[in-house]
Amino acid sequence: MATTTAPVGVATGTRTSFAAGVWSWITTVDHKRIGVLYGVTAFLFFLIGGLEALLIRIQLARPENTFVSPDFYNQLFTMHGTTMIFLAVMPLSASFFNFIIPLQIGARDVAFPRLNAFSYWVFLLGGIFLNLSFFLGGAPDTGWFGYSNLTSKQFSPGHGVDFWAIGLQVLGISSLAAAFNFIVTIINLRAPGMKLMRMPVFAWMTLVTAFLIILAFPVITVALVFLLFDRFVGTNFYVPASGADPVLWQHLFWLFGHPEVYILILPAMGIVSEVLPTFSRKPLFGYPVVVYSGIFIGFMGWGVWSHHMFSVGLGPIADSFFALTTMLIAIPTGVKIFNWIATMWGGRVELKTAMLFAVGFIAMFIMGGLSGVMHASPPADLQQTDTYFVVAHIHYVLFGGAIMGIFAGIYYWFPKITGRLLDERLGQIHFWLNIIALNVTFFPMHFVGLLGMPRRVYTYAPGLGFDTMNMISTVGVFAIVIATLVFIVNFLRSVRSGETTGSDPWGGATLEWAIPSPPPAYNFASIPTVHSVHPLWEADASDLIKDVNRVRGPIHMPPSSYWPAVAALGIALLMSGMIFGWWFGIPGLLIMLVGLYSWAFEPCH
Amino acid sequence: MAVAAAVHPAPHEEHPTSTGLSSRKMLFWAFLGSECMFFGSLIATYLVYRGRDTVGPHPHEVLNIPFTSFSAFVLLMSSLTMVLALAACQHGDRRGTAGWLAATALLGMTFVGGQCYEFTHFFYDGLKLQGNLFGCTFYVLTGFHGTHVTIGVIWLWTLFTLAIRGKLPQEKSLDVEIAGLYWHFVDVVWIAIFTLIYLIQ
Repeated sequence: MATTTAPVGVATGTRTSFAAGVWSWITTVDHKRIGVLYGVTAFLFFLIGGLEALLIRIQLARPENTFVSPDFYNQLFTMHGTTMIFLAVMPLSASFFNFIIPLQIGARDVAFPRLNAFSYWVFLLGGIFLNLSFFLGGAPDTGWFGYSNLTSKQFSPGHGVDFWAIGLQVLGISSLAAAFNFIVTIINLRAPGMKLMRMPVFAWMTLVTAFLIILAFPVITVALVFLLFDRFVGTNFYVPASGADPVLWQHLFWLFGHPEVYILILPAMGIVSEVLPTFSRKPLFGYPVVVYSGIFIGFMGWGVWSHHMFSVGLGPIADSFFALTTMLIAIPTGVKIFNWIATMWGGRVELKTAMLFAVGFIAMFIMGGLSGVMHASPPADLQQTDTYFVVAHIHYVLFGGAIMGIFAGIYYWFPKITGRLLDERLGQIHFWLNIIALNVTFFPMHFVGLLGMPRRVYTYAPGLGFDTMNMISTVGVFAIVIATLVFIVNFLRSVRSGETTGSDPWGGATLEWAIPSPPPAYNFASIPTVHSVHPLWEADASDLIKDVNRVRGPIHMPPSSYWPAVAALGIALLMSGMIFGWWFGIPGLLIMLVGLYSWAFEPCH
Repeated sequence: MAVAAAVHPAPHEEHPTSTGLSSRKMLFWAFLGSECMFFGSLIATYLVYRGRDTVGPHPHEVLNIPFTSFSAFVLLMSSLTMVLALAACQHGDRRGTAGWLAATALLGMTFVGGQCYEFTHFFYDGLKLQGNLFGCTFYVLTGFHGTHVTIGVIWLWTLFTLAIRGKLPQEKSLDVEIAGLYWHFVDVVWIAIFTLIYLIQ
């Protein structure tokens, strides 16, 4: 692997390199290819999570339905939540971090290309491990937040919770490695002249997200370590009989869990902050305020976790404090919404699919935000806790918000990634079907929630006023399925035979649009010098474009390496050895050590 | 844009960065920030559970302050030898680098050895991992710290091997510096743990 004969100049992402063999994908350290791997893998997990949701909704279509057993229902909603959060939305965001961030900041790759490959392989193996539980004795069934002491050996004797806890630890390693990488990449690899306040908002939100990840994930790591010790060694961290307090889990979990909410939504906010100005032909309104709001949300996200725990009974002082901070965090979020609206105001708005999804994001996120602020009031929250009202809220924020934002990003950057456009007509159908379907699905949940229908219960009695609205929700989910199928058809067709496009189909303002689509392996033949937040909207843009594509001398690119994948495999085997036994764990440990040492001593230049 | 460009075997120095700071060092500082939250959560749990035990043994019945003060002193001294190792490396002093690295690793091993002795002792005093809350929070917190020291020791011996083979010249002093950052961090964490568990009971 010491050879440095990397084929510089071969464009990635084209048909030739797709056919270049699995090995080149396993050993790749190119941020663009890793971004594609992240995107495709995460989308497949998104479909698995969606299938789980579909089964849940079929079960709830009618009262006293027996489509799935209560046990399997518990596994379905647990895996639906866990999959969508850790295997779909986070890695879909990571796919954009990978592909777009180096291009936006004018870099040839991330700061640590092999660490980047390592993140992906750990993510893939962790996701597979978690889903294997369905076939090996039953998936986790304690909810995505796994409240103690339901997760104890006494109440969850099977291996489901073990798969969940170990799987999340493995995925945590992947998220942490990626976050360290992107912090350094964004701070250290910016093109000359790109001061922090000249960075695209997406790069800013990625930076804030990465800081949230590195500070939030260690907390859940510790919470899960305690859980694993309790389950495997017999310690008493969450055992009330020994004087322990199961609320400790809730504090640790939500101290991670609330920043996690912003880890899910900030990248989508970054994406729409790129899409809205491009299709309004206007710079983002109040760029610094949007950036500072994002940073403020990142800070404040640490001071609101107990609003998930009002029903615990923490006392009036704690409740008041967390109610106030929760209302406070609505302010920077509202500021952003007004900035996005003001960006469109007076602009030449062009309603391409990407723009529709961005506008849809704002509308749905406002609705999710409003029901969120309602939870800030402890008396109201006590009525809503554990009802479908909360389910409605999180789906407006995460499906209407994060996923719509991600779709905006897919339609926006697809031409940059593939050199082809997604079909606009199918895109419009996808958008309208999707936004109508999601409202049909999730809006009635507000009502059944306020009527008192509890979440996470596999069925309900007839005649409580839930019947019609549950049926409507289930019909809505089928429409979401159709919308998603329209997208998949569009994607598969466009990837092969979509309309080809030049470097800049939308007239974007940021550096990724200055280079060919798909970008060459080295991205920028010459590293540009940046003088503004929107370099391609300046008068000298054509000079800049000519300049960045002119090769001036030899370009050094890192060679490919299989050691990151080896190290990832070792870690996955080592961790799964806790369930499968030492004949997995010991080889895993050895493979990991060989992988890490070979990686460390492999010449990278 | 398929431009065939010759690829140079670039010299082993880092690319210029936006901040002028080394990317590897920055990554490591971010990692240490993350580690703060890791140990912070472990320590917070210990403090939250302190005094909730209904059954013993309690901290004052098992903790041996003079003994652990000695091993804490050993670990603190290892930070000094670490600094000397880095200084030697930066001055191109190969023997000094190897010597001080070995001294640091040996001091670290002494500390880990002390912890093993301490754990054995506590175990026979009746403090079990599966016993009361003090037992599980104490062993898991100090155990994770000991694991960190052990990883540091392995890292130091790896650098030592490089140093005696002449593969740790002046230009690569960053390798020693980053290991030093880790070592000092583990040391500082021990000061917090020692103060909160042993001194303020």
